[in-house]
Amino acid sequence: MATAQTQTAARLMMAPAVVLLLGWMLIPLSLTLWFSFQRYNLLMPGQEFFTGFDNYRYFLSHPNFWSALANTLILVGGVLTITIIGGTLLALLLDQPIFGQGIVRLLVIAPFFVMPTVSALVWKNMLMHPVNGLFSWIARVFVVQPIDWFAQAPMFSIIVIVAWQWLPFATLIILTALQSLDEEQKEAAGMDGAGPFPLFFYIILPHLARAITVVILIQTIFLLSIFAEILVTTNGGPGVATTNLTFLIYMQSLLQFDVGLASAGGIVAVILANIVAIFLLRIVGKNLEA
Amino acid sequence: MGSITLDHVTKSFGAVTIIPDISLDIRDGEFVVFVGPSGCGKSTLLRLIAGLEDVSGGKIMIDGADVTNAHPAQRKLSMVFQSYALYPHMSVRGNIAFPLKMEGASKEKIDEAVGNAAAILNLTDYLDRKPRQLSGGQRQRVAIGRAIVRQPKAFLFDEPLSNLDAALRVAMRLEISELHKKLGTTMIYVTHDQVEAMTMADKIVVLNAGRIEQYGTPLELYSKPANRFVAGFIGSPKMNFIEGAEAARFGAHAIGVRPEHFTVSQEAGSWKGVVGVAEHLGSDTFLYVKSESGDQLTVRTSGEIPVRSGETVHLTPMDGRVYRFDAQGHAIAG
Amino acid sequence: MARAISTRRKIAISAIAWLVAFLIFFPILWTFLTSFKTEGTAIQIPPKFVFFEWTLENYVTVQERSNYFRHFSNSVITAVGSTIIGLLIAIPAAWAMAFSPTKRTKDVLMWMLSTKMLPAVGVLVPIYLIFRDLRLLDTHIGLIAVLTMINLPIIVWMLYTYFKEIPVDILEAARMDGAGLRQEIVHVLTPMAIPGIASTLLLNIILAWNEAFWTLNLTTTRAAPLTAFIASYSSPEGLFWAKLSAASTLAIAPILIMGWFSQKQLVRGLTFGAVK
Repeated sequence: MATAQTQTAARLMMAPAVVLLLGWMLIPLSLTLWFSFQRYNLLMPGQEFFTGFDNYRYFLSHPNFWSALANTLILVGGVLTITIIGGTLLALLLDQPIFGQGIVRLLVIAPFFVMPTVSALVWKNMLMHPVNGLFSWIARVFVVQPIDWFAQAPMFSIIVIVAWQWLPFATLIILTALQSLDEEQKEAAGMDGAGPFPLFFYIILPHLARAITVVILIQTIFLLSIFAEILVTTNGGPGVATTNLTFLIYMQSLLQFDVGLASAGGIVAVILANIVAIFLLRIVGKNLEA
Repeated sequence: MGSITLDHVTKSFGAVTIIPDISLDIRDGEFVVFVGPSGCGKSTLLRLIAGLEDVSGGKIMIDGADVTNAHPAQRKLSMVFQSYALYPHMSVRGNIAFPLKMEGASKEKIDEAVGNAAAILNLTDYLDRKPRQLSGGQRQRVAIGRAIVRQPKAFLFDEPLSNLDAALRVAMRLEISELHKKLGTTMIYVTHDQVEAMTMADKIVVLNAGRIEQYGTPLELYSKPANRFVAGFIGSPKMNFIEGAEAARFGAHAIGVRPEHFTVSQEAGSWKGVVGVAEHLGSDTFLYVKSESGDQLTVRTSGEIPVRSGETVHLTPMDGRVYRFDAQGHAIAG
Repeated sequence: MARAISTRRKIAISAIAWLVAFLIFFPILWTFLTSFKTEGTAIQIPPKFVFFEWTLENYVTVQERSNYFRHFSNSVITAVGSTIIGLLIAIPAAWAMAFSPTKRTKDVLMWMLSTKMLPAVGVLVPIYLIFRDLRLLDTHIGLIAVLTMINLPIIVWMLYTYFKEIPVDILEAARMDGAGLRQEIVHVLTPMAIPGIASTLLLNIILAWNEAFWTLNLTTTRAAPLTAFIASYSSPEGLFWAKLSAASTLAIAPILIMGWFSQKQLVRGLTFGAVK
C-alpha cells in the first residue's frame, strides 16, 4: 500500500507510541543527568548546589563502586557461563527423540515464569538454608559438612539462583535455533564422515552462533539490572559482597537519599548498558533487513 | 463492458522510474497478455490498472470513465494474485462470497453465485474447507472463483500459474482460456513465460524496461517482430542471431533465424558446422551446432534425423525466414 | 529420512532428559508440596516428600493474616492494565510500521528497542521524585504507567513481527474485492491479526506480572503486587516456609499456566524476532 494519504495516517498512528517513549526516555534521563551534577540530598532539603563532576569523582573513586562493578561483572559472567553451556547441552538433549517430549519441555521452561522474589526466597529458605534446607540434608546424608551458602559463598549462591531462572530462556532459544538446522546438512556431514564431535563443532555450533549471541546480549541487558534476588536474599551483604551496581545505586538513592550521587551512578550504569546495547541492536538490525 | 485505456501513464518510485510513458488501448472482451523479463514493469502496470498503486502521471480510463484516482474497490475489476491471496480464516465458500458480501448482495444471490462459480470450477465438494486444506491447483481455482462472482468489468491476473507444477500449469492454462471464451470478459494477464503468452493471448504486449516493445497478436509477434528484443523473446527455443560478415551479406547489422527455420543437410548448405549435442526427442530433434564462423546455433527439426554428436552438418535458412536488424536492433522491412 | 533410532537408545536418552527436567522443575514442585505442610513439617529434617498430613490451612492463613487477595488483585490490575493500555498504544504504531513502512521505520523500531535497554537505575531517582510529588507512589495508576512504558517497546516489536507476516497481497485482494478501509480492517485484518495480538498480550502479562524492580521500589502496601508482597517474607522474623510456599504457589500458578501456553511465541517475543 503505497498511496499518498496512508503515509499521513501512518504517522498519526505511530505518534502516541513515539511521543510517550520519547518522553519516558528523555525527561527522566535529563533529570538524572542534571541531578548528577548537583549536591542534592533529600535529607537536607534546600541545600542543593552545583558541584560539577564531584559526584562522579566521589562515586568512581569510592571502593564500593569498584567492588560493585566487579560484582556486577562476576554475576553477569557467572550466570552467562552456566546458562550458555547448560542451555546448549540441554537443548542438544531435548532435540533428541524422547518419550513425553512435550512434558519435559514444559518442566524445563517452568523456572522462567517464576517471579524473581519467589525463586530467590524458595532457594534461600527451602533449599539453601544451612540447617533446615534440603541441600544441607543431602550433605548430611553423604556425611559432608553442610555449607552456609549465603555466608560462605554469597555471590555464588545468587549466581545459582539467577542461572536457574535464566537457564530455560537460553535452552529454549538455542533449541529453537537447533531445530531450524537443516536435517540434510547433518546427513551430508555424516556422509562426509563427521562423527558426533566434529558434527557439533563444525556444523551445529556455527549454526547456533547467532542464537547464542542473542542470548548473551539479551541476558546481559537483564542481568546488569539484577535487583530483587539480591534484595530478598543477602540485601547486598555480607558487607558489600553481593552489592552490584543496581543495588548500590538503590542504596544511595532510596536508603541514603543522596540523589546527586545516585544519579551519577545511574548515568554510569546507563553508559555501561549502552555498550552492550549497541552490539545487540546491531544484530537485531541486521536481521530486520534480511 | 470493459475497455481499458492507458493515456501517457508514468510511474516512478522516488528517483527510480519504472514506467517512463505508456499508452495502450485494450478493447472490450480481449485477452491481453503483458509479457517481459522480470523487472520490466509488467506487474507494476497491472497494479496501476488495479488501483493498488497511484500513477505518477497520465490517465487510466475504464469504459471511457476516468478512474485514475479511484479506489481499487470502485473500479469493478477482479484480480487473481500470484500467491492466490486467499483469506486463510475463511472457508472456500467465504472466500468466493467475499466480494458479493462487500457489495451487500442478498444471501440468496450470494448462495446462487457461489454455487455457480463452484460448479464451473469443480469446487462444489470443497466449499466448506479452509484454503490450507487445498492443493495448489484448487487454491488457484478458488482465487479465480472469487474473481468471477462479482462479474467484473475485467479480470487481472498477476502471474497466476507460476506456483504450480508443469502439468498443472498446462491444465490451468486451458481452464483460463475456456473461462475467457465462456465469459467473454476482458482479461489482462501478466506473465514472464512467453509460452503462456503465445497460447492464451488475443493480443500480447511485450514490455522491456517499462516500455512497450510491440503490441500485437501472437502470430504478428512471431512472424513480424518489430525488433531484436521481441524476436529473441518470442519463440522457443530462442531465435539464433548472427552478426558480422554473414549478416552484412544480407545487408543487415544482424540477422536472426528461428531454430525451426533451418533445413539440415549432410551434403551441402549455406553454413557448415559441427554438432555439439544432439537431443533426440522422437517428435523433434534438437541440434546444437558450432558453425565455422564461430556462432552457436540451435536447430530444431521435426521427426527423427540420424545425426550424432561430432558430425558435420550443413544448415540452410528457409526462404523468407531470415529476419534482418539494423544496428539499433530495429527490424529492417522486407 | 532419518534412520530408525533404536528403542534402547531412546529409552536411555528419555531417562536422562526426564531426570534433568525433574531436577530443574524440583524447586517449583517442592514449593507446591511444602504449601500443603504444617509449618512444623515444612522445616522437618529429614524432609517429608509426599507422605505427610496434607493441609490447606496455609492458604487460609495467608489470606486472613495478610489480605493476600488484595495483592493478587493488585498484580492482576497492574499486569493486565498495563498490557492492555500498551496494546492500545502499540497496535496502531505497529500496524503503521508494518503496512506503510518508510525509510525511517527501521530506525524508529531500533530506537524503541534501545529505550528498553535503558537500565532502570538510570531513571530511578527522577521517577521516584516525580511520583512522590505527583502522589503516584504506591498507586495502581503510577505502577501501570511505568509498566506500560517499560513493556511498550516489546509490545510494538512483537506486534510488528506478527503484522509483518500478514501478506500484503491479501489486504490488496480485499481492496480489489470491493472492501473499503473499514471492511478491510473488520473482515480481513482483524481476524488475521488476532492470534498475534493474543500471544503478545499473554507474554506481556507474564513480563509485567513478574517485574520486580519498579514494583518493589514504587509500592509499599496499598498497590503492592505479589512480587512486593512475597518479598516481605524475606524478613528473618521466623520460618514461615509453609505460608511462603502457599503464597508463592498462588503467585506463580496462573502465570506458569499462561507461560506454558505461550511458550511457542516466547522465543520470538523475547528475541525481537532475531531467532524464530
